[in-house]
Amino acid sequence: MAAKFGTYAVMAVILIFALGVVTLRNIFHCALCLAAALIGTAVLYVAFRAEYLAAIQILLYVGAVVTLIIFAIMLTEHLAGKTVRQNNSQSPLAIAGLLGFVALLTVVILKTPWPVTQTALKAKVSVMALGEALMGTYVFPFEVISIILIAALIGTVVIAKKDAPEERL
Amino acid sequence: MTKILEFIDSIFVAAKAWILCLLGHFLPAWIVVLVSITISGVVILCLGPVIMMYLTLLERKLIGRIQNRYGPNRVGIWGLLQPIADGIKMFTKEDIVPANADKVIHLLAPIAIVVPALMIFLVVPFGKGMTTVNLNIGLLYFIAVSSITILPIFMGSWASRNKYSLLGGMRTAAQMISYEIPMTLAVVPAIMMSQSLATNAIVLAQAGGHGLNWFIFTPWGIVGFIIFFLCATAECNRPPFDLPEAESELVAGFHTEYSGMKFALFYMAEYMNAFTLCGIAATLFLGGWQGPFLPSWLWFFGKTFILICVMIWFRGTFPRFRVDHLMAFAWKFLLPLTLINILLTALWQFTSNLAAWCGSILVLGISLWTLVKLNRTFVPEKRHYPLES
Repeated sequence: MAAKFGTYAVMAVILIFALGVVTLRNIFHCALCLAAALIGTAVLYVAFRAEYLAAIQILLYVGAVVTLIIFAIMLTEHLAGKTVRQNNSQSPLAIAGLLGFVALLTVVILKTPWPVTQTALKAKVSVMALGEALMGTYVFPFEVISIILIAALIGTVVIAKKDAPEERL
Repeated sequence: MTKILEFIDSIFVAAKAWILCLLGHFLPAWIVVLVSITISGVVILCLGPVIMMYLTLLERKLIGRIQNRYGPNRVGIWGLLQPIADGIKMFTKEDIVPANADKVIHLLAPIAIVVPALMIFLVVPFGKGMTTVNLNIGLLYFIAVSSITILPIFMGSWASRNKYSLLGGMRTAAQMISYEIPMTLAVVPAIMMSQSLATNAIVLAQAGGHGLNWFIFTPWGIVGFIIFFLCATAECNRPPFDLPEAESELVAGFHTEYSGMKFALFYMAEYMNAFTLCGIAATLFLGGWQGPFLPSWLWFFGKTFILICVMIWFRGTFPRFRVDHLMAFAWKFLLPLTLINILLTALWQFTSNLAAWCGSILVLGISLWTLVKLNRTFVPEKRHYPLES
């Protein structure tokens, strides 16, 4: 009972911070709200006994993605704490589209049977099993992702590289 | 004799068990569980600040000796009460908030920075059976939690609306992101050899050989340890990697606009990070609480304090890095070396005889030499500016 209530409370806090991300007018506040919402998600993972996923969530999203966003903010004029409106004349249309999407999702979620079997309840994914799966069953997608990441890295270096200065006569 | 040693070895564990046993006679089981959690939590929450207070004293004393003076010696014998006097001073100082500062974030930053610093204490194995939470992903937890530290520092620097603070914050973000990568990769060999992410299991993997079977006594271990320790020094912004708070360039870096207890909280987080990082370094490569004769917790604290003294020695010895040197050191030197080290560890798992020793020393020597050659500083041609007549 207490666990259920706590989980719902965490979910509510995540939603409040998520609302902050899209409504606050200061871009740095938005980034901090995003960090808080992501940490909240990690707390949910811990509550659902997925500690590994929680640690990875914090490491990747809070430690890397939010820092990347902060780097991006550092390079803009918004660093000075200017406020910007986050909505324009298209927001009613966007809300209508969003409501339709939410309705669709709700229908799909309610229609799908979520079977709770004994094997699913007993399944315990250890870090070792994850590693074995990555190096065994899923080794091909794993390697493909590595190649894509390397390609992205090299691509950024090529784009960011300055052209060699023309030789002066 | 061995019985006495064993008793001293487990004195803290025994004390906790005794208290819980006593309470178990007249309290229901769930309260005992709660009390057990509370005892561990309170110990950690007291240990952090107390360690921080006396680390400042140790640092001032040692730096004093390095600089040919005495250090604090007025309050109490040997200045032992100096940290408490400092604490009183910090509490009674005026709390100044800049007029244009972002009040909420300016307040939140020093609070938020202490949280990850304290959370890391949870997975540090202080002695045999003295890991507060024996997480099976302990090391990953440590890396994840220590990666959050960037956020509060940048929050504080941004909210101050001060150009020096902001410069310090930007430097911190760049530096900590860069040094996190070689640090994480330097840990990988220890994980590979112990085949576990749990800090306790890593210590147990170094058992044997009269408690001296430490990872540092292997070629990959010593390289990994040196890289990890250098990155740890950079992660907690200590000299010679203290660009974020370079006092000769940036006043005080990201905490320029903080005073009183808020400043003390930044300071506290820095020292607690220094302690936990040294503790994790000792756990990973120096055998944690393993060691002959002495009780396990004494070994752990001894190793950790020796590492901290080395950090202080660094501070007394080395001049500050230049920004581009700092970045080049992490990306062009430490990162390739860690990758070579991981490969060596993989080979070490198959053979660990004399030939493997010589082979790995040869490989490490060649790669070190190549990296140094590739990284040699670019000296531009000397330019002459003839005076116009």
